[in-house]
Amino acid sequence: MEKFTTLDGIAAPLPLINVDTDMIIPKQFLKTIKREGLGKNLFDEMRFDDEGNEIKGFVLNRPAYRNAEILIAGANFGCGSSREHAPWAIKDFGIRCVIAPSFADIFFNNCFKNGILPIALPAEQVEALMAEADKGANARLTVDLKEQKITTADGQAIAFEVDPFRKHCLMEGLDDIGLTLEKAAAIEAFETAAAQARPWV
Amino acid sequence: MAGKTLYDKIWDAHLVHQGDDGTSLLYIDRHLVHEVTSPQAFEGLRMTGRTVRAPGQTIAVPDHNVPTTVDRAKGIENEESRIQVEALDTNAREFGIHYYPVSDVRQGIVHIIGPEQGWTLPGMTVVCGDSHTATHGAFGALAHGIGTSEVEHVLATQTLIQSKSKNMKVEITGRLLPGVTAKDITLSVIGHTGTAGGTGYVIEYCGEAIRALSMEGRMTVCNMAIEGGARAGLIAPDQTTYRYVQGRPHAPKGAQWEAALSWWKTLRSDDDAHWDKVVTLRGEDISPVVTWGTSPEDVLPITAAVPDPASFSGGKVEAVRRALDYMGLTPGQKLQEIEIDTVFIGSCTNGRIEDLRAAAAILKGKRIKDGLRAMVVPGSGLVRAQAEEEGLADIFKDAGFEWRMAGCSMCLAMNPDQLAPGERCAATSNRNFEGRQGRGGRTHLMSPAMAAAAAITGRLTDVREIAAPQMA
Ligand code: SF4
Repeated sequence: MEKFTTLDGIAAPLPLINVDTDMIIPKQFLKTIKREGLGKNLFDEMRFDDEGNEIKGFVLNRPAYRNAEILIAGANFGCGSSREHAPWAIKDFGIRCVIAPSFADIFFNNCFKNGILPIALPAEQVEALMAEADKGANARLTVDLKEQKITTADGQAIAFEVDPFRKHCLMEGLDDIGLTLEKAAAIEAFETAAAQARPWV
Repeated sequence: MAGKTLYDKIWDAHLVHQGDDGTSLLYIDRHLVHEVTSPQAFEGLRMTGRTVRAPGQTIAVPDHNVPTTVDRAKGIENEESRIQVEALDTNAREFGIHYYPVSDVRQGIVHIIGPEQGWTLPGMTVVCGDSHTATHGAFGALAHGIGTSEVEHVLATQTLIQSKSKNMKVEITGRLLPGVTAKDITLSVIGHTGTAGGTGYVIEYCGEAIRALSMEGRMTVCNMAIEGGARAGLIAPDQTTYRYVQGRPHAPKGAQWEAALSWWKTLRSDDDAHWDKVVTLRGEDISPVVTWGTSPEDVLPITAAVPDPASFSGGKVEAVRRALDYMGLTPGQKLQEIEIDTVFIGSCTNGRIEDLRAAAAILKGKRIKDGLRAMVVPGSGLVRAQAEEEGLADIFKDAGFEWRMAGCSMCLAMNPDQLAPGERCAATSNRNFEGRQGRGGRTHLMSPAMAAAAAITGRLTDVREIAAPQMA
């Protein structure tokens, strides 16, 4: 997994609540058997019209935000289906950090597995960052995972929380499966005991 | 010390390792796999030279992409869909996991066939790369959706890294009135708590109205726990559960059944258990409901009218404005005056035998409105066979419904069953998101009986008006 330490990039504002994973990546793009290449269809139905032309007003089509690496959105971001295609598409587009007042559970988890940092902040702070992001390409944000701090272009700093284990994995680019396999003895012991206690499983 | 909830008990029974940082390694009893969220996970195993740790506890079935037309043995036309299903065929064979191919009569929606085959049992941990895994919670199993990276993690290690959720109790007291079903319960709860109301929680549904539900109804309720934002929904097992489970192909038998039963009987929340959040609804207060917007929380009794965006607050004002625009509705319009083009009965929410019975009871001897497209997609090949045996298939066909093969179908429209832009559908599925049933398609969620009523009149309809005598 790609490491995440600090990110200095353009933040795109998407002031919508309940952005669901169907909006992030519509189902017609779930038919792939690969993880890559989904970025071109990120937010497809908001980004392109029926003929496949760009819809002008959509934030990621605006010149200032075409290379955004941070997304700022409304509450309950990533609700709906468990499709990991959603974070794959976000990552493939080039976005490495999503900031919102709250996230849906599965999406939140999926982000960490793909080198994306989701940050939940109080609504007022998200609003302030949204206003910042509205200023366009000059409004870069710096996200420092080690210090757990977001810094705006004019030097304001906002602290954020992150689970220590997930922070460690993101910073080191660690593969969960490898870590868990180190506990193979504990898993085996559990299976032996369970075979006694619940043999019908 | 406070007692334990059902969730606490299942959690404790599956804890492999507890880290100092609050993360836990949880053992997974059943891993269900479908074609859309698994190819990258199997590919990952291959790339790292890993194997499936417990192939005997892993069950795979194609459901999302499969055609539901009767001639589907001819194959899948869409190339990408075909490749995805073929990849599952290959992966299941290569890694030696249980598999129900499209040609098998037991094939169906993963959340329907798991319980049907007795794979899902009380007290288990069940995961699947699919958010509606919550369905299996109806058995008192801790069941939730995971992402593809986690699918790979479970395949390789039979465990999942988890942090514990909080406990939420949703109690439905009293009884349901005639015409009110499990679907109305679950939609009403979401209408009450919002789609983020359950975020961070595992919900246990309890109360007299829940106890009175069949297993099918309980699965409908738990299925939509995820739409309320919860990680999982649970219902404590009881006689109804045991009766459903006993005799299923993969359920325990003989002495093992007795042993299992005595453990299952301990699976209930202690009276002094601690709840982080409690929601109580009176069964008598629940009406037959429909959704009017593009979020499952946009729900109202069928007798109500389309709301005014201005009556909401915060970000919801803009969201409702956008939803009404998308749905082509105006504030104040009576819900019952909304005309529809399509009716879809099926999905893992309402594609079980009892759902088909409820819809057929309304349709018996009647015809759907002229010009309407209506389809029934049974949740599994076995549900389909049983419905044919009970004569339900004939009722649907005589009424003008298409009688399809099992799969997800128009629930998410990955196969050719889709809405055209602007088309309006009365659907028994679980999501009314923009574009869910086809780009520009407009979805109203409701119970099977309500969908059947809508099919007859061609507009959203109060089932109690159509079927008053039956319900008296
Ligand atoms: S029926 Fe719908 S909700 Fe259920 S598994 Fe299939 S696509 Fe998902």
